[in-house]
Amino acid sequence: MTDTAFGPGEATTVAPPAAAASPEEQRLLAALRGGDEAAFAQLVDRFGSSMLRLAMTWVSTRAVAEEVVQETWLGVLNGLDRFEGRSSLKTWIFRILSNTAKKRAVREGRSIPVSSFAEPGDERGEPTVERWRFSAPESRYPGGWTVPPRSWDRIPEEQLLSAETLAHVRRAIDALPPVQRQVITMRDVDGFSSAEVCNVLELSDTNQRVLLHRARGRVRRALERYLEPGLDLEGDGPGGDAGTPEVET
Amino acid sequence: MSTPDLTCMEMVELVTAYLEDTLAPADRARFEDHVMVCDGCSAYLDQMRHTIRLAGSLSEEAIPGDARDALLQAFRGWKANR
Repeated sequence: MTDTAFGPGEATTVAPPAAAASPEEQRLLAALRGGDEAAFAQLVDRFGSSMLRLAMTWVSTRAVAEEVVQETWLGVLNGLDRFEGRSSLKTWIFRILSNTAKKRAVREGRSIPVSSFAEPGDERGEPTVERWRFSAPESRYPGGWTVPPRSWDRIPEEQLLSAETLAHVRRAIDALPPVQRQVITMRDVDGFSSAEVCNVLELSDTNQRVLLHRARGRVRRALERYLEPGLDLEGDGPGGDAGTPEVET
Repeated sequence: MSTPDLTCMEMVELVTAYLEDTLAPADRARFEDHVMVCDGCSAYLDQMRHTIRLAGSLSEEAIPGDARDALLQAFRGWKANR
């Protein structure tokens, strides 16, 4: 248990096995243990903003998130001698971060989201795309698009990547239930692999994928609403039955 | 032997498994066959790829200089106490 950051509840049977520290990470580790400040600075630059973003999914303010990141680095330094390199250095650091952030959230009196399908704010069985956009089961082509999406390739790149569009993406992510937000932030914003996310957040592969699916679905919807105002008017409008297409695997 | 065609409503729920490459080969083929002939689903898949790309461009925020300085200071303190 020396590779894990804090106490009990650490070990998990759900996450797939973590990749061990790479040769590059082993070199970095040796440098850190030797007190090489440049190696530390390199690590801070590489992971600092991802850590801050992830910390903010647990605590209420940016200032507190910065403290969590600071505390995490101290935990990393103090744990260096115990770290055996059985997980990657990155995974280890982010596990310390998630533990530190969760403890801080508890102290702040915030409830810790449980990694499950049924998060608060995530109505059970909410479809990824509104039902009214598909034809009814009794129609000639049941489940076919009645209001099909349109390709965004025709939207100029400057508009797609504009600060305003990106602000909508950020707001949509911030509005997600916490674990969905954590998963999409790690996967799509910061480019973690699914195995890394499963390890840091202690999720099964399937669970991780379902959470990512819901998160991406909501962000896509928010983007579509922003990029194509008036789309709602073409259908029967939202409302009606909110049936439950099960996610197949 | 033929499997029933995928509906658009089903395609939407499989899109992440497709992009994660976790569909069984037969399901993957069914998915791709559908997208190839369905403009709506082709656009949906394309929108999802744009969504992922736009989320990825949120990562450019650097950590503020004073936080970095404080961390390097902490590192020196740690080193001195070893």
